[in-house]
Amino acid sequence: MNNFSNRRFIIGGIFAFVILVFLIRLFNLQIVNDQYKLSAESNSQRRVTQYAARGLIYDRNGELLVYNQAAYDLMIIPRQVKTFDTLDFSNLLGIDKEDIIKRIKKAKRHSRYRSSIFMKQISSERYAVLQEKLYKYPGFFVQTRTLRKYPHQNAAHTLGYLGEVNDRHIKKDKYYSQGDYIGKSGIENTYEKILRGAKGLKVYWVDVYNRIKGSFNDGDLDKNAVEGKNITTTLDINLQEYGERLMQNKKGGIVAIDPKTGEILVKLSSPGYDPEMFVGRAMSKNYRKLANNDTLRPLFDRSMMAKYPPGSIFKLVQALVGLQEGLITPTTRIPCRGAYYAGRFKMGCHHHKSPLDLKQSIQHSCNTYYAQIFREILDAPRFSSINEGYTNWRKHITSFGFGAKLGTDLPNELTGFIPKASYHAKVNKTQNWKSLNIVSMAIGQGPLLITPLQMANMVACIANRGHYYIPHIVKSVGDNESIDPKFLKKQQTTINPEYFDPVIEGMDLVVHGGEGSTGRSSAIKDIRVCGKTGTVQNPHGDDHSVYVAFAPKDDPKIAIVVYVENGVWGARYGAPISGLMIEKYLKGEISENKKYLEKRMLEADLISPKEETISNNHE
Amino acid sequence: MNRKVNLIKNLDWITIMLYAILVFLGWINIYAAVYNEDHQSIFDATQRYGKQLIWIGAAFFIAIIVLTIESKFYSAFAYPTLILMVLLLLAVLVFGVKVNGARSWFQFGSIRFQPAEFAKFATNLAIARYLSQYNFKIHRIKSLFITGLILFTPAVLILLQNDTGSALVYSVFILVLYREGLSGFVLFLALLAAIFFVFTLIYSSFAVAILIVAIAAISLKMIGVQTKQIIIALTILAGSFGTLWLINKGADLKLGNFSLSFVAILLNAIPFLIYTYRQKIKKAALILALVIGSLFYTFSVSYIFDTVLEPHQQQRINELLGIKSDPYGAGYNVNQSKIAIGSGGFNGKGFLNGTQTKFNFVPEQSTDFIFCTVGEEWGFLGSALVLILHLSLILRLVFLAERQRSSFSRIYGYGVAAILFFHIAVNVGMTIGLAPVIGIPLPFFSYGGSSLWSFTILLFIFLRLDANRLELLR
Repeated sequence: MNNFSNRRFIIGGIFAFVILVFLIRLFNLQIVNDQYKLSAESNSQRRVTQYAARGLIYDRNGELLVYNQAAYDLMIIPRQVKTFDTLDFSNLLGIDKEDIIKRIKKAKRHSRYRSSIFMKQISSERYAVLQEKLYKYPGFFVQTRTLRKYPHQNAAHTLGYLGEVNDRHIKKDKYYSQGDYIGKSGIENTYEKILRGAKGLKVYWVDVYNRIKGSFNDGDLDKNAVEGKNITTTLDINLQEYGERLMQNKKGGIVAIDPKTGEILVKLSSPGYDPEMFVGRAMSKNYRKLANNDTLRPLFDRSMMAKYPPGSIFKLVQALVGLQEGLITPTTRIPCRGAYYAGRFKMGCHHHKSPLDLKQSIQHSCNTYYAQIFREILDAPRFSSINEGYTNWRKHITSFGFGAKLGTDLPNELTGFIPKASYHAKVNKTQNWKSLNIVSMAIGQGPLLITPLQMANMVACIANRGHYYIPHIVKSVGDNESIDPKFLKKQQTTINPEYFDPVIEGMDLVVHGGEGSTGRSSAIKDIRVCGKTGTVQNPHGDDHSVYVAFAPKDDPKIAIVVYVENGVWGARYGAPISGLMIEKYLKGEISENKKYLEKRMLEADLISPKEETISNNHE
Repeated sequence: MNRKVNLIKNLDWITIMLYAILVFLGWINIYAAVYNEDHQSIFDATQRYGKQLIWIGAAFFIAIIVLTIESKFYSAFAYPTLILMVLLLLAVLVFGVKVNGARSWFQFGSIRFQPAEFAKFATNLAIARYLSQYNFKIHRIKSLFITGLILFTPAVLILLQNDTGSALVYSVFILVLYREGLSGFVLFLALLAAIFFVFTLIYSSFAVAILIVAIAAISLKMIGVQTKQIIIALTILAGSFGTLWLINKGADLKLGNFSLSFVAILLNAIPFLIYTYRQKIKKAALILALVIGSLFYTFSVSYIFDTVLEPHQQQRINELLGIKSDPYGAGYNVNQSKIAIGSGGFNGKGFLNGTQTKFNFVPEQSTDFIFCTVGEEWGFLGSALVLILHLSLILRLVFLAERQRSSFSRIYGYGVAAILFFHIAVNVGMTIGLAPVIGIPLPFFSYGGSSLWSFTILLFIFLRLDANRLELLR
């Protein structure tokens, strides 16, 4: 009977073999493989983000521009949801039953066990009612978030907006996780790290039903949220608001700078939009609406992103370079016969007396004058080639901040375009190109491109008699923490201070020169305004009107550029709007005698189809 | 008095110690699994750990009662016990209450009782009794029939209660039968059947057909057929398969590859038999029969899987074999269980520090999935210890069984070892994803009076028999 007793080894072997296989498997599960430890953590911990309140934004006078408003997201954990009264629920939320079912399905697709957003940004009124009844709906809870809120409907481009982070943001900066908001443009973007503060974290133990079972490791991993710092901008919101009103129904931009500091007082692009449009649920819809507006392009920040040929205002810089190079003096007189002639070449000018000295050339914006001195600058005998002469000229021009980013603290700054000598060599297909080839640049035409911000900076340079501070939008951060030191550093142009006075005199004449002064309408009682008109040829329609100015003449407090697309010529809209802006800024109100001008500007409509004919063709 | 002293002296205290350690570890792990801050006392009888302590206390008395009964009683009353159990199993089908989909419980007030648990030792006694008959020959038709009757009656009744796990336990008696002389070939066939089953599901029946032919070829080589002849045979087979394949393609009969290979083999069967008969290759016919049998079996696997198994069983098998994975659906339990065990690491998170088990991520954590608590809180060290303790107990039982003078005691001992083994293999295998999810308890660990008492009775009857190992029982 015991002849099979050796089989005990086989049977025992089977037992031992199976247990051995189990041990190997356990070794693999518990020691070799990490994946299960990670899964266990995400299983049983709930990391609740403590959102930090975003920093507030003020204007230069302490006026609140951006603050936070609580918003409520209704969250759902599908597994915990029990059958409920859909009718009551749909009344509470204002959505129909089908929608509820659809949303639950969507949440289930995301996860049955984890929370996801059931309904975004419930209004506080609805929330108040909902909160009392929420106990009837297990599986639903409310998560508080903050949304931006704007007391003023202005400066939308400058302030910027928030949007949900995308994968790229998350990859770039580990701080962000899905569903976070990030500044997508404007100050919200450049000062993101200061405004956002730091998220906090609370880690809880949760059970399989996602019920909180207590603090994880006694709160070892918890981190308090750090509030974002507040920012005081350099903007003057009253002036900004006034500028936006003046620019209503017009396309264009205004930039105003305090020349003494480089602080941007006003920066606007018209038409703009209400910053409130980019808050919360309506954002994507509004964004599409605005982005698809091809003709007006309200999202396009013209003050920084539009590149225009500068037109006649560029003559100011040309005059300064001519003086610096010793090719002209304030008394140099150049005759003009209604056009600039060079051999068979002719560049038209307009009616004015002749000959003109420097300041008169500015007053009358004489093309001949500048064509001649520009060519003299380029062809000066001390240069061995046109390339050398041009490069020397370009050095002077770029010292005003043209042709490169100024380095301001706003995103999307553009460089504009001041071509290098090689550009002309390439266009003219010879190293031996002639100054005459580019003579249109003398009067700010040709390939030159300059942004309104750069134009404003140029005016600041002139107002300061030779230097500028990098224009910037933030005055202080938090409790008067200082800003980037680069904004406090004086940037010197290549022009000696003494050469500015004759140019400024010319600008004075533009406003106060009596007959033939294109900037008369910017004049203000008791304040000496210096200005310069410009017109930029527009092949697509009416020319663009541009006007630069600063005031007061002897103690400049504001430098401004007003750019009105299809504004025909500088005197028409640019000058009066500049004058009103300056007066508003310096005096606080518009004097009685200019009310009619203010009214005309406010009512002017260059966007709606118009019939008015333009009679005055003078500049 | 003298008898009592003898009994105590003759008891195998090593086994009892292993038993006691396992029961104790089980108890504290149940405490950890359902630990509740409001009821911190491990003696709190409103909680499962408190109740388990009561069951343990009762098990102690049961053990003493089992030990005091005369060992002759067990062999003498083996059949009546089984009949009683069969009657209870029948009764539970009628009067039982359903728990988790299985109608396998009697309810008396707040106490529930599961006869299937107790049918195990009864069946074991009956098998031991039958196999130890004088002049018993296992390969007789009558012996096989009655053995089958003893095993299948409770198994089928339990299956009818919808308690597949407990029914499957009876399959492990094949090891006992093997020890008592069942041909090793049967064990081998069972192994092959399992392999074919898995392969058919994971790959395809055609792949298994190729495997079968390959095994047949190797078998032919082993019985001395020349390689050249085997290659010729395989070429002929491949040729006929190819021809059939083309006909199938041409005539658009839409037959599967498996069917084609089956037909090809059947077509070649007669020439093969004639040839091998002439060449006097005797066992060739047997191999052919096995090939055809295996093909029939393979053919029926898909059928059995699709029609006999219930959807949840199909899912569990799919999940186990990695055919379909749904970690939040059918695979949720096993996935969570693996996470819990895997997160334990080398030395675990510490007693009561488990999170996966504690916060109910793991289902049935104090009963079928109790091993997760061990794995999570005691890590690899703890789980290995528990497995090794169990293995030691089983091997100890094998050792004890072999030292019996009476075959009744030996067979019964092997039965105990095999039943414990099956429970451990399936239960632990399930928690670590090596066995399908079949709800059977881990001996001495899983919460529940019925299972603890049944394992206690099972084990202590053997210890009682072992104490009288020098007697010859009939």
